[in-house]
Amino acid sequence: MSLRQIARDVGAWLDHRLGLSGPIIEAAEHPVPRSSASWWYVFGSAAFAVMVLQFITGLCLATVYAPSADRAWQSLLYLNYDQPLGWFIRAMHGWGSNFMIGLVCIHMAQVFLFGAYKYPRELTWVAGVVLLLATLGMAFTGQVLRFDQDAYWGLGIGAAIAGRTPFIGGRVVKMILGGPIIAGETLSRFFTLHVFVIPGLLIAFVGLHLFLVLRLGINEWPMPGRLVKRDTYLAQYHELVSKDGEPFFPFAAQKDLVFIGLIIAALVVTAAVMGPIGPNGEPDPAIIETVPRPDFFFLWLFSVFALLPPWTETFLMLTGPVAAIGLLFLVPFISGTGEKSYRRRPVSVMILVLSFMTIGILIYLGTYSPWSPHMEAWSSVPTPVDYVSGRTPLELQGAVLIQAKQCRNCHALGGQGGMRGPALDRTATRLTPDQIVRQIVQGGGNMPAYGRNLTPAEVNAIVAFLATMHPAHQPPARLAARPQRPEQTDASP
Amino acid sequence: MSEAVKPLQPSEATPEKPVSRRVFLLKLGILLNAIAAALFAVPVIGYLASPMRKFAWMSWISLGPLENFPESQTRLATYRNPYTKPWDGMTANIPCWVRREHGDNFRVFAINCTHLGCPVRWFPESELFMCPCHGGVFYSDGERASGPPPRALYQYSHKVENGQLWIKAGQLPTLGEPLA
Repeated sequence: MSLRQIARDVGAWLDHRLGLSGPIIEAAEHPVPRSSASWWYVFGSAAFAVMVLQFITGLCLATVYAPSADRAWQSLLYLNYDQPLGWFIRAMHGWGSNFMIGLVCIHMAQVFLFGAYKYPRELTWVAGVVLLLATLGMAFTGQVLRFDQDAYWGLGIGAAIAGRTPFIGGRVVKMILGGPIIAGETLSRFFTLHVFVIPGLLIAFVGLHLFLVLRLGINEWPMPGRLVKRDTYLAQYHELVSKDGEPFFPFAAQKDLVFIGLIIAALVVTAAVMGPIGPNGEPDPAIIETVPRPDFFFLWLFSVFALLPPWTETFLMLTGPVAAIGLLFLVPFISGTGEKSYRRRPVSVMILVLSFMTIGILIYLGTYSPWSPHMEAWSSVPTPVDYVSGRTPLELQGAVLIQAKQCRNCHALGGQGGMRGPALDRTATRLTPDQIVRQIVQGGGNMPAYGRNLTPAEVNAIVAFLATMHPAHQPPARLAARPQRPEQTDASP
Repeated sequence: MSEAVKPLQPSEATPEKPVSRRVFLLKLGILLNAIAAALFAVPVIGYLASPMRKFAWMSWISLGPLENFPESQTRLATYRNPYTKPWDGMTANIPCWVRREHGDNFRVFAINCTHLGCPVRWFPESELFMCPCHGGVFYSDGERASGPPPRALYQYSHKVENGQLWIKAGQLPTLGEPLA
């Protein structure tokens, strides 16, 4: 018997017991609309492929990673530097997470634009939203397992948000942390979520998602003017796939296969070139010289928390996510029928573009966080030479105090320094010396009052320096009610 | 093995007749399983939610001799959280800011910003606490100076005994459960 014959016999023997070949072939060859075998329909299967890779690299990492607060960070360093190819597996897992989030978001945007969530595919969308949340949940819990300073203070931010819950805030915090502080049981809880709970959810809902796609058929290419009606859609779809249908395999699957191959290759190259992500500093809360930032997929939320008006914050932090997620779930029930084509759904297109633009801009803002003091600016960024040449000793003293009193942490000079407050380069064109004194001593707007921390002589010196902060061609500000005093114009360089 | 072999099929079910004993057993089975599920679920939930129970997390702990804290200065102190496990490692080393005004007059601030819990940093030159996350700023007495924080810095209860500074510590302060 040839090898081929043996394989065929074993297959036949198995199929006699299992009886699965029929359903499998039926599923693989189920007819799909010719129009849906498009390059636009490849993102879901690519996200699935990356998820499978994540399971494999995750399993590999679990064989070495120590899910214990006192050892986790060291085991990550061991993975990066000692374990053969540990760096590559960590890089694949970390970048794989980014790829997966990207693919899931693109997939969701495509489904939204093509109206694929409409009747009868509402439940497919609902399962998809669960999968999006599970993917983001994996990303957040994974960031915690990368147990470094960002993970530690990220948990602190999560606890602070949970602690704002009315009445039971304190208890919710302890439930999340597994105890009164961020420590061993916190990591164990997030390990359980990341390795057991959410992957289980993912597998279950991917199963449901795929089952529904097979049962209800892949969405046809949306044609402007072809409306979805509850009583006629199913018959129309049936007619479409029987007249103009093709078997999913290989007709549509070939594009999926090509794209999956490209994505995996891109992921491998990215991982090999970029290397593993972190960990950064060890999770020692006593090291406070740290500037905690979440990974990019939560950076937009981090930005929102800085930019919301403080009085709305607690309310929006607690209700905003619930409302947003609820709205996502409700999409197919709000517009379950009617026009599918994005060409005839300007509001939907606008919602999508605005959402992506908002999140994109918030992420961009988060990368340089203009609302945060630049903690090292006072001791590390230079004073522009033009601002100190030819100045009086008093003005120079002011320039020194601007550094020494941490003014630069919030105020830039020559484009360097914090961006919390206005740059000081043209202060004299906006404020008179009296107004500068008032602003420094009493504070106001977002500025702390420095009256208690500066002597009158120090205030004098700073004001003398700031009074020189105007371009040569632009006179300093003056009170319109008062006649122009000669010393105010003489202060220009 | 030929293709003529029919796949194995379960034998056809016998037509159902209403049998009162069968209905009774079914109901009894459902009832027993509901009771068993409750018996099982209560301890499982109790186990997972055990951190939520009321427990004396807070206790007095020393920050060291008073000489470590010069008057009119703010110093970083670190204590080992009183409630800890061997595998907590460095995460149980909790920092705090100690301000000694004069004599035995102290203020002990939590490290966590009241906005979202990031570690505030003390700048002795400008006498301000600044937060690196969203720009919260506090004065030397812990009062909010600017930025999004909704309240002053959290303060530990403290006392001076046997020449040492003691604070009552043990849990991460949040708006839901501030320290004192």
